[in-house]
Amino acid sequence: MDAILLQILNGLDKGSAYALIALGLTLIFGTLGVVNFAHGALFMIGAFCAVTLQKIFNLSYEVIDETQTDFLGNPLKVKTPYVESWFGPELGATIIDWSVPLAILFAIPIMLMVGYVMERGLIKHFYKRPHADQILVTFGLAIVLQEIIKYFFGANPIQTPPPAALSGSVDLGVALGFDPNAIIYPIWRLVYFLFAVVIIGGVFSFLQFTTFGMVVRAGMADRETVGLLGINIDRRFTIMFGIAAAVAGLAGVMYGPLNPPNYHMGMDFLVLSFVVVVVGGMGSLPGAVLAGFLLGILESFASTTWATTTIPGINQIIIYLVAIIVLLTRPRGLMGRKGVMEE
Amino acid sequence: MSNKSVTRRGVLKSGAVTSAGLALPTIFTASSAAAYTNEPTGGTVTLGFNVPQTGPYAEEGNDELLAQQLAVEHLNGEGDGGCLNTFTSKALKGNGILGKKVEFVTGDTQTKSDAARASAKSMIEKDGAIMINGGSSSGVAVAVQGLCQEAGVIFMAGLTHANDTTGKDKKANGFRHFFNAYMSGAALAPVLAKEMGTDRRAYHLTADYNWGWTQEESIVASTEAMGWETVNTVKTPLASTDFSSYIAPILNSGADVLVLNHYGGNMVNSLTNAIQFGLLDKVVNGKDFKIVVPLYSELMAAGAGENIKGVLGSMNWNWQLQDEGTKAFVKSFGEKYGKPPSNSAQTCYAQVLLYADACERAGTFNPCGVVEALEGFEFDGLGNGPTLYRADDHQCFKDVLVVRGNMNPTNAYDTLEIVEITPRAQVEYAPDHPMFAGGELGKCNPGA
Repeated sequence: MDAILLQILNGLDKGSAYALIALGLTLIFGTLGVVNFAHGALFMIGAFCAVTLQKIFNLSYEVIDETQTDFLGNPLKVKTPYVESWFGPELGATIIDWSVPLAILFAIPIMLMVGYVMERGLIKHFYKRPHADQILVTFGLAIVLQEIIKYFFGANPIQTPPPAALSGSVDLGVALGFDPNAIIYPIWRLVYFLFAVVIIGGVFSFLQFTTFGMVVRAGMADRETVGLLGINIDRRFTIMFGIAAAVAGLAGVMYGPLNPPNYHMGMDFLVLSFVVVVVGGMGSLPGAVLAGFLLGILESFASTTWATTTIPGINQIIIYLVAIIVLLTRPRGLMGRKGVMEE
Repeated sequence: MSNKSVTRRGVLKSGAVTSAGLALPTIFTASSAAAYTNEPTGGTVTLGFNVPQTGPYAEEGNDELLAQQLAVEHLNGEGDGGCLNTFTSKALKGNGILGKKVEFVTGDTQTKSDAARASAKSMIEKDGAIMINGGSSSGVAVAVQGLCQEAGVIFMAGLTHANDTTGKDKKANGFRHFFNAYMSGAALAPVLAKEMGTDRRAYHLTADYNWGWTQEESIVASTEAMGWETVNTVKTPLASTDFSSYIAPILNSGADVLVLNHYGGNMVNSLTNAIQFGLLDKVVNGKDFKIVVPLYSELMAAGAGENIKGVLGSMNWNWQLQDEGTKAFVKSFGEKYGKPPSNSAQTCYAQVLLYADACERAGTFNPCGVVEALEGFEFDGLGNGPTLYRADDHQCFKDVLVVRGNMNPTNAYDTLEIVEITPRAQVEYAPDHPMFAGGELGKCNPGA
């Protein structure tokens, strides 16, 4: 039982990343009708917002220490971060320690801007082109973005650790009535899951309870009619693209402490996220979230020793296997709407 | 006047033979007038540096390329000469190789076997490269080694750690300076026994491809021989980015040691995940839980950051060694590039010098002459102490390092500390050892 709970927890945090990326993909597809293969790159850029802020906080001045030597035997240049000299060692160290959560504030305007520029500068020219063209151009854009990141940050993963207060693990087993050490789980993974729930809840509330959201939903249902009512729906959809980019970016910011960001991380999630969107149902926001968590949990269970010894290789094919079964039994996905991509 | 008549059948036969000959790739027919493939005829000789310039090991490839460029400078008499001053063979004079100025071309392996073969083929066919060096993957090394054997050029492997490179996939035209998985096990086991005891239960997470399997096999054999029990060996897909599903069951498996047979991004992520789950804070079977990473690199250590602290592993070479060869190389590299070299950089640098030296001693670029010069060659002054290039399998035998993530690094580069320099005799094995069985070295192929 404890092993099952542990894999469910694992699946929930994996599913959190899938759900957040798939949510953004679905927002873009549902509003603009664009299949955005650059969405994984937005996730990656978000993670590198955290890396950048961490580097900014660690900008240092050098003082030569004659008592120590570097690898060539020269006097060692000791680095002291400016934030520590400006705010004092304790507060400076705390600011550096909390760079990942602080990067949320840093990433939001950057991701909104990246999304806006991407949509206005490139993607709007492809609205009336076939989906294949959209896929090719956005995939190309993803490669360009990741090469830019590689140019500035290199190919090696870069650690973005969580704040000391949120690192380490907790014994959930004791709280749930199991033996000690039965369910040990990293704190940051729980934080990531809660963060995903808050973001998903925020996006749904925004669409459900604001006038802006209502107009967007109306536009998603019938773009022409909303336009005829004198509402500039294109402008709102552009903003939605920016919001979708911000959701992917925030998912990336908070993912950094789980696995160190590298320039390729967006591609690792891209294909899986598309499968999540298809399984959930093209254009369905609740479907994307449901499928994200569902596939995350199934993938987690398929990676257990029991599963891999029973069916070798199941951990590598489970998501695609589920996709095939869902599409055979429910061709529109779990919560797909009639008419989407069926013209 | 000939009495032979021209028949339709004869014309067809001749045509077929001629067409087949023309259709052969040029690398198999090149230099029909020359004695061997890409025989240098002018005042220069071209080397091909095939390293990952894109993909997950691009940083490793970049470091290799820096070292290869430095080696070319030293061969051509530029810079401070580096290890030419410490190398026990004095055949190299800093005037190129056999009086010809050394030039180089580069290829991008992308850490994909097919891409690596394509780039090596292009350098051999189009650029006239006479030797291929570099790489950061055993899959790539085996693929390119096979190509070089067919093409008739020498392959001086870069970072490749699988037993198969000089085991079942060995080739006469291929040479490996880097150590291998067996050597990692042989070097690590006594240190593990000393630090962790002989009553341990190990759980292996292994990258599911050739290198991972051979490393797992080697480490399991060497640790079981000293009394450890292997609780489980779990294969993880190479494309995995998150290992939490594989780490979580370890806590309740009864294991008290986790062995990560991972490299590069896989290792950085699996180690990070293991630390997140607090494995190193646990006490299992009355013992502190430990993690072992059998193959380390400085670049991986940098990627793993704080997580590497206290974790044991092995390396081919480290810039902190104090022999004269190491000091000369680190000084040259450090002054030119402002950082110490990685062990993949060092193996590529050494390989380029070893190739050049073999040509000088053989008095020819002919691959068969080079092979003869390298086989059984004993040398020193390139780092790692006295070294032998064994004739039976073209594997280098030298000291192996056991290292540990530095608990108190003083700068960005001393992330690893040397725990022990394992003497060469302890990591030697018979050429027909079961882990290296199968395959034939074959005969050298000059390609002409």
